[in-house]
Amino acid sequence: MAAQENALNDPIIMCEDVHKWFDDFHVLKGITTSFQKGERAVICGPSGSGKSTFIRTLNRLEEHQRGTIIIDGVELTDDLRNINLIRQEVGMVFQQFNLFPHLTNLENITLGPIRVRKLTKTEAEEVALSLLERVDIADQAYKYPAEISGGQQQRVAIARALAMEPKIMLFDEPTSALDPEMISEVLDVMRELAHSGMTMLVVTHEMGFAREVADRIMFFDEGVVIEEAAPADFFDNPQHERTKLFISQTLQH
Amino acid sequence: MENNSPTAASGKIPFWRDVRVLGGLFQVVFLLGVILLLAILYTNMLSGLDSLGLALNFNFLQDEAGFDISEGISYDPSDTYLKAFWVGVLNTLKVSIIGIVCATLIGLLFGIARLSSNWLIRTIAAAYVECFRNIPLLLQIIFWYTAVVAQLPNVRESLSLFGGVFINNRGVYLPSPEPTSSLTIWLWFLGAGLLLAVFLYIMRWRQLQQLDRPGFRAKWALPAFLIVALCGWFLTPGRPFTLDLPALQGFNYQGGMRFTPEFFALLVGLSIYTSAFIAEIVRSGIQSVVKGQREAARAVGLKEGQTLRLVVLPQAIPIIVPPLTSQYLNLAKNSSLAVAIAFPDLVSVGNTMLTQTGQAIPVIAMIMVSYLIMSLTTSAAMNWYNRWITRIGR
Repeated sequence: MAAQENALNDPIIMCEDVHKWFDDFHVLKGITTSFQKGERAVICGPSGSGKSTFIRTLNRLEEHQRGTIIIDGVELTDDLRNINLIRQEVGMVFQQFNLFPHLTNLENITLGPIRVRKLTKTEAEEVALSLLERVDIADQAYKYPAEISGGQQQRVAIARALAMEPKIMLFDEPTSALDPEMISEVLDVMRELAHSGMTMLVVTHEMGFAREVADRIMFFDEGVVIEEAAPADFFDNPQHERTKLFISQTLQH
Repeated sequence: MENNSPTAASGKIPFWRDVRVLGGLFQVVFLLGVILLLAILYTNMLSGLDSLGLALNFNFLQDEAGFDISEGISYDPSDTYLKAFWVGVLNTLKVSIIGIVCATLIGLLFGIARLSSNWLIRTIAAAYVECFRNIPLLLQIIFWYTAVVAQLPNVRESLSLFGGVFINNRGVYLPSPEPTSSLTIWLWFLGAGLLLAVFLYIMRWRQLQQLDRPGFRAKWALPAFLIVALCGWFLTPGRPFTLDLPALQGFNYQGGMRFTPEFFALLVGLSIYTSAFIAEIVRSGIQSVVKGQREAARAVGLKEGQTLRLVVLPQAIPIIVPPLTSQYLNLAKNSSLAVAIAFPDLVSVGNTMLTQTGQAIPVIAMIMVSYLIMSLTTSAAMNWYNRWITRIGR
């Protein structure tokens, strides 16, 4: 419902014929799509299909070699100023959490706000503590990442990204490195975030989450978007053979 | 924890099966063995010395040395053995300290070059490392001495750089700063600058606390001190230092600073050999910080410099410092290879003392204690640095 309303607005992310090569390997073969403000998109597909690479091009962790990417009105080019602007707008959560092990959980969260957003330490700590409250681990603030569980680390990582007040959040397989019993605590946080109206692009294999939260599901295979649809259509009425195969394989689990 | 299993009750175990009793017993036996061994060695040594007619004391250090030392602080053959030994210690310190600085700079350069995205730079750095760390140091020192330094032109055809530096097969000659009478005035300027710097450092510290932000605490103090020092230099009547330029007089250059061919060959050999190891340590330290850390830092919006300073280095340096310390200690100890090219270092001078007096045990003990003091000081300083650097980024 939210997606249909927002479809009339300007898209916050626009991709036009995006290509990417790793040496000779053509990873992204012309992705053209756009995402609305507040949209929740789930990106799925077999491994090696280019889905992670695609979201990583959106904040320049990977460079695209052809095509245009415009994020919140700023084009992603080699211009360092644009790259820095976009990185402040786009938060990212990684499969391996990538918390800074030499800093406490609180310092992990305050680093960006202090150094990039130029908040004072006190302000940044207030923001960080309220975010830790929001992801339900305020009691772990002064511990180091190595001292807490994987699920808790991933929630700190989400809080770290949110502390930059991004307009868009990218999730690169956020639950794939977690033990099964910790997946739900991370998905709960993401669900809450989705309901708060955040624009979210989520690469995941969690089909239950996709069906429940997504406005749109995009299916990647061999560097192209094969199929995209609302969850109901995607799961119950897939159009392509490969999509059907993928759904039947993932739903077995 | 439940405590009702039969094995947990210790009282019932016979002592010859009790792990704790056995463990303690082994330690006592081992300690007694070591003491016994040392006692045997010591009495054996004393009886040996007795039969040679030597007493175990350091009185000989006050005797006249009677041998010449080719370089170092001012020394005369009529000085005591103690003075001669001190010359050797200072020569070892000189080559070690300059060597450590050079090896670190060169190693850092090649270590970073090995991670370059440029194929040529990367390959040259790899070749450098593999070449110099795989040839024995002794050979390298002899190579620099015989194949490079000894092949330099003779005095009359010296290579000259900037009109003040002369290089020939008798050594490297550099201009040396000589203090003049107006140095005291400049020292007053430096003292005033230092006071101002301390004041500004505290002011800046307070300001940062008030701003409630991290920042560079010496941001005001450092330039203020440099400006005062520079102004003082020009305001002082006359110059605090004059440059003593080496000049050709008769058969050799006089004045300035001279590095002998032996010192130069030893320094180059030690620096280059050690730098190859340091390059590997730097490379592996930086590479040990996983790619995800840089990506996370970028995703948070940190700039490249901030990423390096706040995320990569605080994680890489604790990994780099312990093996780096070992390399520093190796360099200092390897400087004893000076014997091969007759550079009068600690071991070389000690050796002469030993053969002249026959006092092997005191001399060897003095040499060992000297290296021990140097090494422990280096270790302590590096440990302190490691603790200090890991606090950065907080």
